[in-house]
Amino acid sequence: MSLAVAFANSLLLVILIGLFLQSKPILAQKSLFHLLLSSSWHPGRGEFGFYPFIMGTLGVTALAMVLAVPVCLLSAIYLNEYAGRRLRETARVVIDLMAAIPSVIYGLWGVLVVVPFVRFLGEAFDHPTTGYSLLAGGIILAIMVSPVMISVSMEVLRAVPLQARETALALGTTRWEAIKKVVLRSGLHGILSAIVLGFTRAFGETIAVLMVVGNVPQVPSSLFEPAYPLPALLANNYGEMMSIPLSNSALLLSALILLLVVGLFNLMAHYTLLKIERG
Amino acid sequence: MRRRKVEETVLKGLMIASLGLVLASLAGILLVVIHRGISSLSLAMIFMVPEGGYYLGQGGGIANAIVGSILLAFGACLLSSLVGLPIAFALQREYLGPRLARITRLSLDILWGTPSIVYGAFGFVVMVYFGLTASLLAGVLTLSLLMLPIMTRSIEEIVRMMPQELKETSYALGATRIETTLAVTYRQALPGIVTGVLLAFGRGIGDTASILFTAGYTDYLPRSLLDPVASLPLAVFFQIATPIPEVQQRAYAAALILLVIVLVVSLGSRLIGRRYSRNVIK
Repeated sequence: MSLAVAFANSLLLVILIGLFLQSKPILAQKSLFHLLLSSSWHPGRGEFGFYPFIMGTLGVTALAMVLAVPVCLLSAIYLNEYAGRRLRETARVVIDLMAAIPSVIYGLWGVLVVVPFVRFLGEAFDHPTTGYSLLAGGIILAIMVSPVMISVSMEVLRAVPLQARETALALGTTRWEAIKKVVLRSGLHGILSAIVLGFTRAFGETIAVLMVVGNVPQVPSSLFEPAYPLPALLANNYGEMMSIPLSNSALLLSALILLLVVGLFNLMAHYTLLKIERG
Repeated sequence: MRRRKVEETVLKGLMIASLGLVLASLAGILLVVIHRGISSLSLAMIFMVPEGGYYLGQGGGIANAIVGSILLAFGACLLSSLVGLPIAFALQREYLGPRLARITRLSLDILWGTPSIVYGAFGFVVMVYFGLTASLLAGVLTLSLLMLPIMTRSIEEIVRMMPQELKETSYALGATRIETTLAVTYRQALPGIVTGVLLAFGRGIGDTASILFTAGYTDYLPRSLLDPVASLPLAVFFQIATPIPEVQQRAYAAALILLVIVLVVSLGSRLIGRRYSRNVIK
């Protein structure tokens, strides 16, 4: 038992150290600062600028959050505060199912439905596009992160004591006012954690985004242009990366960056949630 | 007062619309995948491995991917339950101090949130270090890392729910900690264990990024642990990317099979969990 616990606790560290050791060769040659801010990605010439990829990741993630946060919060509030037991339980099953669908299926659906939709939108807005774009990636991600955001928000709202609502209602507020002024305020930290968890899921999601986002290494200047997020870079180039010197190291550095960013935000969110759970 | 009423109504309308949007997108995904999948599904698809010229639209099926995915997920499930179950039991207050238990929970949560591509990259590094090539073994190992936190954390939630009195009754009868864990806690948590294992199985079988570099892809069935192995998610991923319509059809079929497996496992875990709960003392 203690062995198993030790394994669980050291795994994260081992992964971090493993990836760090692998990315050391490139860090020895170039400064991290330069790698992060250079836009020139030419492995053949030994140039590894992550800037377009980082902007791609931030772009799709931000877009996904803009689309998903309001919808998910409103859904969670409705399910927890207004809906009857039947609807709440049914919705919970449906949301669990959504969380269970593999990302490659979201990606397939993206290719079949979202990409043509974006192409259509692009034409409507006089912005010709193939449809494989930042917007398509953002839409798919928004759908993919909603299960976790909704279910965590629901947990958080449920942890707010009933008396809090009743006190507000007794003072003559409407239900929405009670939610806005009392429930949301006392669940604020938990809700922020739910959003952060959604953010980290979006940040690290690979396959579904890769399938719809276009994968052109540039900083996208509009929603209809293709982008190239960091996880997609990793997934696309891993196969042939052994032949080019330093390329291996550069790609594992991108994995390390992913792990650090996602891990840090996850740490904050889960720390808050565990604290709420303990009361 | 009127303004407040209007605000309430507007917000409530927005909420219902949001929920509708979420539910509709799930329905949309299911409908499209099932509709496309059924029209390209056939017996040959399920029971045959790819034949010559398969990737140009000739005969064959994706039995290699179905078998491969099941092997990968089963192997990984077995491996991670060997580590995960002890952890889930050890997190009870009899074994671990509250501080260490909290830290362990936190690290499992962070591992749960770690992107699967990171596991894939790490698995690849380890694989190369030990001189392995992409194989069933490497895929199983990587996938089991991904499954470990999912399984452990969900089992542990159930173990923690267990009434303390029940354990104390066992101690009062003179049972040791291990005896109590194996005879009482294990029984009591069995529905939760089944659910947790199936949850991890469902996640594992659908995961693409972690096995992309570690399991490889092949048209044959694996003969040993060291052979590369095909998988359903990669079958979808590779075949949708080809320009040939017949091959794309097969991506839809593979996606449908994968979807059915995942949904059956997900719904099944609820039913089985409920069924086994007959033995649970409330």
